[in-house]
Amino acid sequence: MKITKARLFAFAAATAFITMGNAAFAEELSIMASGGAWQDAQRKAWFEPFSKETGIKIVEQEYLGDLGKVKAMVDTGNVPIDLVTVETATVLQGCDAGILERLDYSRIAPREKFIEGSALDCGVGLDAYGDVLAYDPNVLKEAPTSVLDIFDTTKFPGKRAMRKFPAQNLEWALMADGVAAADVYEVLATPEGVNRAFKKLDTIKQDIVWWDAGAQPPQLLASKEVVMTTAWNGRIQNAIDKDGAPFKIVWNNQILEYDMIAIPKGAKNPDLAYKYLAYISQPEINAKLASYITYGPVRIDAASFVAPDALPKLPNAPDHMTAYLVADTEFWGDYGEDLVKRFNAWLAQ
Amino acid sequence: MSALEPTKLDRPRASRNWSAADSGAAKSVAAALRRADLGDRLRSLTLAAPLLVLLALSFGIPLVLLLSRAVYDPTIADALPQTSQALRGWNGTGLPDDAAFLALAADLRSNQAKGTAYELAKSLNARLPGARSQVLKTVRQLEAADRPPLEVMKAVPFWSAPGTWPVIESGTHSVTSFYLLSALDLRWNADGGIERVPPEQAIFVQVFMRTFLVAAAVTLATLVLGFPLAYLIASVPKGLAAILIVAVLLPFWTSILVRTAAWTVLLQKFGLVNDLLLWLGVADDRLDLMYSRIGLIIAMTHIQLPFTLLPIYSVMRTIQPSQMKAAYSLGAKPFTAFRRVYLPQVFPGVMAGCLLTFILCLGYYITPALIGGASDQLISNFIASYVNVELNWEMAAALSFILLVFTLALFGIFARILGLDRLKLV
Repeated sequence: MKITKARLFAFAAATAFITMGNAAFAEELSIMASGGAWQDAQRKAWFEPFSKETGIKIVEQEYLGDLGKVKAMVDTGNVPIDLVTVETATVLQGCDAGILERLDYSRIAPREKFIEGSALDCGVGLDAYGDVLAYDPNVLKEAPTSVLDIFDTTKFPGKRAMRKFPAQNLEWALMADGVAAADVYEVLATPEGVNRAFKKLDTIKQDIVWWDAGAQPPQLLASKEVVMTTAWNGRIQNAIDKDGAPFKIVWNNQILEYDMIAIPKGAKNPDLAYKYLAYISQPEINAKLASYITYGPVRIDAASFVAPDALPKLPNAPDHMTAYLVADTEFWGDYGEDLVKRFNAWLAQ
Repeated sequence: MSALEPTKLDRPRASRNWSAADSGAAKSVAAALRRADLGDRLRSLTLAAPLLVLLALSFGIPLVLLLSRAVYDPTIADALPQTSQALRGWNGTGLPDDAAFLALAADLRSNQAKGTAYELAKSLNARLPGARSQVLKTVRQLEAADRPPLEVMKAVPFWSAPGTWPVIESGTHSVTSFYLLSALDLRWNADGGIERVPPEQAIFVQVFMRTFLVAAAVTLATLVLGFPLAYLIASVPKGLAAILIVAVLLPFWTSILVRTAAWTVLLQKFGLVNDLLLWLGVADDRLDLMYSRIGLIIAMTHIQLPFTLLPIYSVMRTIQPSQMKAAYSLGAKPFTAFRRVYLPQVFPGVMAGCLLTFILCLGYYITPALIGGASDQLISNFIASYVNVELNWEMAAALSFILLVFTLALFGIFARILGLDRLKLV
């Protein structure tokens, strides 16, 4: 077939028309998530099935989870995203700073159907993850039995890694010092409690390597830089399942946290955003994420929908819920900034 | 020495010692010159105008707006108009009268109605940790309206605690010194004087010192490495010099993130550097080079080397080898010739290179974050954390402002000692 100029032109025009038509008619929902294995899991569990079911195209973006970018968008009135995934503490800050929309739960799902603390004013829970202890059994001959064993340098000598952040570390320090899990936040709200936590951390300060990014703990274990590390359970499980790493997870005294999703103020398609939130908040859909990454559902009634082989690896699997602490978002909203400063001052001493 | 001093002859200057008879003519000539001069300046200004406008719009104005947050924070004053009014007559000690409590209750309720209660809570919390939940709790209780507002206020112990009202009072002034003082580890005490914050809260002075020390160490290291290398490049034949320059520039064209990541591979515990040291028998055990000050300085030195080297090289290239030969022939020993003939001429390049590296080091962010340990974080890391994580842009602005002032002061001292016109950048 000879391609004539006229044919070429007709083809170009037709293509242009189709493209324009698509842009004009297909509805688009823009979601910004924090990338990596977690975003891949969301794509398979939620983005793609949602698009298939509703015909709404999902445009993905990635960011590092820092709300400063969202604030800049909202402040300048140019908000190119409709939904953003955030950590719980960040939801609280964004809510206070007026950059996240207060959610109307009547358009999502009944609020009491969520695990306590996973349905906030400005953010709805996506999944539950655990702050756990991980180690390499080839390096540590004796197995730690609790996250609090990280404070035992006589039984487990060597470098250990902790997140360079006061949250979780201060809670664990108090628990290792004998405070009951139920009283941790009450004690930590007093200056004496804060001193006590830092004093406990002092006892292992020389042995700590600090991590910032969630990808670091498995790397630190793999390079034998440390003998044990605190970590997010999904990152360790990912290294075990995908890379065949020999790591083991200690669930006892884990701290449970939630990943959240929020609507930035001034988002262009709030109706589509609510449609998506309602979709993923159905119990059977909420449970699907666990098949792609080992983070648990946040709907109370979702447990029965979790794939049977995924269940034992989840932080909120019954076996892992014997001793645990739920992170207190309100506490960190109150004292976070102050404790971060104090923590940094302590690090520098 | 004469090579160093700007010659006085090359500066055209209006001579003043004409005789009286000439002075009338001279005046009109001078005026004409001034007019022509002014025309020239206007023309060049017009040509530069687009650039100046762009600079002002994209750099100057945002900078001023952002930095002004360090001293101007109207959130609390705007949120509490009635309370501000009621606190006018308060002497600042003890608790204010019930009118102030009632005014605060009314302000809290109107904030809740406007949807700004959270912003107020956050802003108060930045100055008074723990205030956030107290404000929100009180707002909810006031909204329930099952008790008179005064009773609600008195029932929350927070509002009758000794430290609360002075903070509210200071917050009702839009122009505040709170953030700038905090950035220097200072605060107002109860008697209206300035005091240091308790040692467990003091951090920024230390971090500023650390930032300047690391910058100085890196500058020195790049100079020690860069000076001989620049000399080598300037003295070898052209072809070889080109190859050496490319070798210096090649990493310079690589992204700073990539170079930093490369260093983490080299410096880690089971990395190449440790392997090499162990193999050579220099170290008996693997060293902790990652997450340490020494690792940070090594990586920063590598990244900064071209910035120090290139200005030095560009000056060295202009120095005729015959000058040194002349010095030898006049009986100078090599070191004397170097010190009295070569060094003074290279000096402006050395200073320019060092200044460039030093100031760039003050802003380092990625490298300390990835390679430095917890006690190696520089001031930019804290500024970034306040911008991105804490969303406390006031504090970020205050830290940036202090850093800018220190940097400009250093630059000023430097310019004073050396004279800006003698700086030789590439």
